[in-house]
Amino acid sequence: MADLTVDLAGVPLRNPLLLASGIWGETGASMASAYAAGAGGVVTKSIGTAPRTGYANPTVEPLGPVGFLNAMGLPNPGIEEYPAEIDVARAGGAPVIGSIFAATPREFAALARRMAETGVVALELNLSCPHARGFGSEIGRDPRRVERIVRSVVGAVDLPVLAKITPNTADPAGLARAAERGGAHAISAINTVRALAIDVDLARPILAHGLGGLSGPAIKPVGLACVWQIYEAVQIPIVGIGGIGSAEDALEYLLAGARAVQIGTALSGPGVALFGTIARELSARLDALGIDRWEAAVGRAHRPAPGPSAARSPFPGPSRMAEPRGTP
Amino acid sequence: MTPPSRTIVPIEAVTPETPSTVTLRFPWTAGARPGQFVMVWIPGEDELPMSLSYPEGPLGGVTVKAMGETSRKIQDLRRGDRIGIRGPYGTPFDLTPHRVLIVAGGSGAAVLAPAAEAARREGHSVDVALGAVTAGELLFRERFERMGARVEVATDDGSEGTRGYVTPVADRLLEGNPYDALWTCGPEVMMRRVADRAERAHVPVICSVERQMKCALGLCDACALGPYHVCVDGPLLPWERLKDLEEFGRSYRDPAGRRKAYGPGRP
Ligand SMILES: Cc1cc2nc3c(=O)[nH]c(=O)nc-3n(C[C@H](O)[C@H](O)[C@H](O)COP(=O)(O)O)c2cc1C
Ligand code: FES
Repeated sequence: MADLTVDLAGVPLRNPLLLASGIWGETGASMASAYAAGAGGVVTKSIGTAPRTGYANPTVEPLGPVGFLNAMGLPNPGIEEYPAEIDVARAGGAPVIGSIFAATPREFAALARRMAETGVVALELNLSCPHARGFGSEIGRDPRRVERIVRSVVGAVDLPVLAKITPNTADPAGLARAAERGGAHAISAINTVRALAIDVDLARPILAHGLGGLSGPAIKPVGLACVWQIYEAVQIPIVGIGGIGSAEDALEYLLAGARAVQIGTALSGPGVALFGTIARELSARLDALGIDRWEAAVGRAHRPAPGPSAARSPFPGPSRMAEPRGTP
Repeated sequence: MTPPSRTIVPIEAVTPETPSTVTLRFPWTAGARPGQFVMVWIPGEDELPMSLSYPEGPLGGVTVKAMGETSRKIQDLRRGDRIGIRGPYGTPFDLTPHRVLIVAGGSGAAVLAPAAEAARREGHSVDVALGAVTAGELLFRERFERMGARVEVATDDGSEGTRGYVTPVADRLLEGNPYDALWTCGPEVMMRRVADRAERAHVPVICSVERQMKCALGLCDACALGPYHVCVDGPLLPWERLKDLEEFGRSYRDPAGRRKAYGPGRP
């Protein structure tokens, strides 16, 4: 059995599959059940200084096989109430990464201190929500602000800090570099891709907020390209996010440069049981590829084997002996 | 899995059922089974989860309280207005039990009436304990009687039937009859009381539960109730799954995800 354990910026994880922020993250019970079902860890929904109701419904529009469009509007109970949920998740054994959002470096730092007191293993900074005025990608598009915010948080807490960056920019790698300069311990990429759906009969946007963010299968190639570029731009580990629903998807991210991955939209339908399924498939697929450790293959697609051997398995180990896949 | 997408439909009829409830009917070809719900989009206003009081079509329908929060949005709707329907979602009733007791409080009859109809069509016997604040608010009373169900009524003000809550009526029926299922929808405090009694009488209970909903797709966690998501695991949940949940009957989550206690409810 291939070894799935991961060291993510000093945080040990039993496997690289994390629950993405904003999915099954409102209650401690839901996060605990994701871990019990096989996730390596969970990311909380993004928590702010004060409670927020979020936008009016419709907040989500299903787009068939493409994925989902959403503009939730960062609903959350606020940092005063939320720690009770983290307690429940931690009681279930889950390593919890606390996601936070704020408007200024100072507010981020204060919130980070509060979140750090809850027993989370790391922080994820939401610098990338594509549809909240004054938060998320509105500030996270500017590399200088990203650097300032990260620096302010890193100076305020003793935990690893993950900067979650937006794909809605010409230069995601530039944002990742800015976060690294600010002292970030890892990059999470990507958040949703800015998107829109219009109802033709009614001639109006469907989501109450108008613009939203796209998640699910359609954004996997976008996320992969971002991770690919970021891998070539920074030294710190990357958590790949976007459209992951199978072991094969997770492996694509691994080979593009991700040390861990997060799963969100794909849980609609199978629920958190998907974590167990993917973890099992991942072991089997790594075994078949002759990779004995997940971590050993991070970014492997950046260095493909040259020449005719590329047609055989690029990995050392048992599969070298196996028949090449496809036509002889 | 590709979830059901949204369709825009014109409202065919707006029918007041009681002074506080209204039924909206609309062309409905998706078909649904009793117990399921849809997300109803009132453009420019909101999108709300509503149980199908007429699940089968060709005219679907929902029956909702046009009071409080939602009143303005619902009351302004007229025949011909277009609304969006997304669904159906959630679990339907299992129609195998032969002798069913239905306990409905307030607008809970909206989801139970079509279930009772389906059970009657299968030839099963259906008794109904129907409760409301006052006689005029007894939802779908004639509909239950038309399908051949035995209906017993309770009103808080005693204007019809037993004075007080519906729970003693349900208790009495449970004592005198060998039911093989109890289906209930209404205030959670009421469902807790009724289910507790039924359990002692060894009658399996299905509760139809309501929570905040945003995605209805099992993603956002707005509808979390213990380890369950009401939008996909519910809205029908067996009492065995609910009884040990400290929240059931006691608290719910507001749209920000804060835990709120139910007021002193009607038992
Ligand atoms: C309903 C929903 C809510 C989300 N809420 C948050 C959030 O609060 N904070 C955040 O950083 N990302 C949030 N996201 C983005 C996800 O964490 C993830 O980056 C994105 O959905 C792409 O991954 P996926 O394709 O696996 O869903 C949300 C996504 C969805 C669909
Ligand atoms: S309403 Fe979003 S998970 Fe149920």
